[in-house]
Amino acid sequence: MKHFAAALAVSAALAVPAFAQDGETKVIGVSIPAATHGWAGGMNYFAQATVERLEKVYPNLDFVLTTASDPAKQVNDIEDMVAARHVNALVVLPFESEPLTGPVQNAKASGAWITVVDRGLSVEGIEDLYVAGDNPGFGRESGEYVASALPEGGKIVVLRGIPTTIDNERVEGFQKAIEGKNIEILGMEHGNWNRDDSFAVMQDFLSKYPQIDAVWASDDDMAVGVLAAIEAAGRKDIRFVLGGAGMKEMVKRVMDKDTMIPADVTYPPAMIATAIELTAVGLVSSAPVSGKFIIGSVLITPENAEGYYFPDSPF
Amino acid sequence: MKSPKIQMSVVGPVLALVVLLVLGASLNPSFLAWDNVTNVLARSAFIGIIAVGMTFVITAGGLDLSVGSMAAFIAGLMILVMNSALPSLGVGIPIVLLGMAVALAAGLVAGCLNGILISRLGIEAFIVTLGSMGIYRSLVTWLADGGTLSLDFGLRTFYQPVYYGGLFGVSWPIIVFALVVIVGEIAMRSTAFGRHCAAIGSNDQVAKYSSVKVARVRLTTYVVLGLLVGVATILYVPRLGSASPATGLLWELEAIAAVIIGGTMLRGGFGRVWGTVIGVLILSLIGNILNLTDLVSPYLNGAIQGAIIVLAVILQRDTRQGQ
Repeated sequence: MKHFAAALAVSAALAVPAFAQDGETKVIGVSIPAATHGWAGGMNYFAQATVERLEKVYPNLDFVLTTASDPAKQVNDIEDMVAARHVNALVVLPFESEPLTGPVQNAKASGAWITVVDRGLSVEGIEDLYVAGDNPGFGRESGEYVASALPEGGKIVVLRGIPTTIDNERVEGFQKAIEGKNIEILGMEHGNWNRDDSFAVMQDFLSKYPQIDAVWASDDDMAVGVLAAIEAAGRKDIRFVLGGAGMKEMVKRVMDKDTMIPADVTYPPAMIATAIELTAVGLVSSAPVSGKFIIGSVLITPENAEGYYFPDSPF
Repeated sequence: MKSPKIQMSVVGPVLALVVLLVLGASLNPSFLAWDNVTNVLARSAFIGIIAVGMTFVITAGGLDLSVGSMAAFIAGLMILVMNSALPSLGVGIPIVLLGMAVALAAGLVAGCLNGILISRLGIEAFIVTLGSMGIYRSLVTWLADGGTLSLDFGLRTFYQPVYYGGLFGVSWPIIVFALVVIVGEIAMRSTAFGRHCAAIGSNDQVAKYSSVKVARVRLTTYVVLGLLVGVATILYVPRLGSASPATGLLWELEAIAAVIIGGTMLRGGFGRVWGTVIGVLILSLIGNILNLTDLVSPYLNGAIQGAIIVLAVILQRDTRQGQ
């Protein structure tokens, strides 16, 4: 929040002369979930960094950034932005689709440009711009990697995230990609994108199955728990663990050619930066930015890892 | 009026535990394997150590919702202090002792704050600890900048045996848990402190007129709980070497549930430390059995857990009505 207050002060100082120059300051509201887990922490970091950068680049743009710890707070945030700040554009990463559809619809009715990030709303056609990761692609990329790393087939276990559409799409994409590749999924359990939960789930998988060739942890936080459980049990049968998202510690291990973490699949929290940048371009220039912007999931290998390593990000 | 039915309150939770053990063993042969048993016990140790402290707080008519957030905050603080002391102290026993001292001191202070607000200023325990729950959770998010605080890798490797190592094949978390339970059981049954807790929980006015120092005993229960949260954190940090805003999420509810399953009364006045141990084991065995079998869809794990918690309490209902 300190950065944000500083950013506000800077923007206030810059906004006054800008206002004097061309008579109009445009306000962009950014509403995102609070940093309650690693990925969201990274997303918060990139949102703040982008707002700071853009306020320097565009003196006639003013930003309001709010973080919400639950859907109800996010609804309030958006209502306040529309009523009190008269935002010209709203960039929103909805906590949940259903409860936020109405408030975003109202913001749209007030004349604001709407950019929706990552999670769609339950009514189509509200957003002017949709920026999202590719969840089925994330699963497919992961599945293809596992299949190629186990050419002779093998037995794997899968850790799933919090039961959501996101998780379902990923798992379906994964299952489709390994179809007919002689890879047997021994078990799937929810590790809830949480290190402690995945540690316990993996311990139990290790007790249950005497032979596991690989683990699809499907998330880097869960991969941390999985690795600790494997190490503690002293099991040598597991050849590798595939996480996902692109946490800096995991990208570092890929870069260092760690055999347990040979690759990672991105689901970049920096997609919020893409959304804010595009929205700003739309407001200040005549370049068209409406439509859909889907950020593909990329396989990180030792060869390209350097390009995905952000040591300053908290994630 | 001591009828054999009275025993149901004792038998109830034990029966539930035995049923779970038989179920687990019949569904998967590796359930009773030494590795699985130690995994489950070590996993239960964090909640278990905290739940023993919670037993005293609840027996004395109080409640503490802040323990999960407190554990996360202490873990974060411990990691920060150890990382920053690394250049001067180097990897070794002194730095681990420093980390442990920080955890215990932070737990003591946090418990004191809760206890003073509740016992001296007379604010509802629910409100005070709901407030501190939010404060500690935000503090750890802030310390971690929304991400994850990680212990230096070399340090983590050195500190790891505190979770994974042990004596005679029994790991440290289990040993510490057992010691805490033994001391707690003795304190609850055979010391003035234990009896004062029960007296305050059943009627604090009467306790006051019987010259029990009500405020001091109440304060002590929160301080002890804070200290035990510190102990649990000392064992938690070496496991994954990290703390994040998701650390210790819902631990408070698990600890309270374990205490109630074990036969302690939520409104205070009666507490049973060994019962709390049974409660903790029941809770972690449910998760373990569901992971080891493919009996139900993983979406239903929460429902099964909820049903067993309610069942375990129904089993001991008879005495409740008598009291």
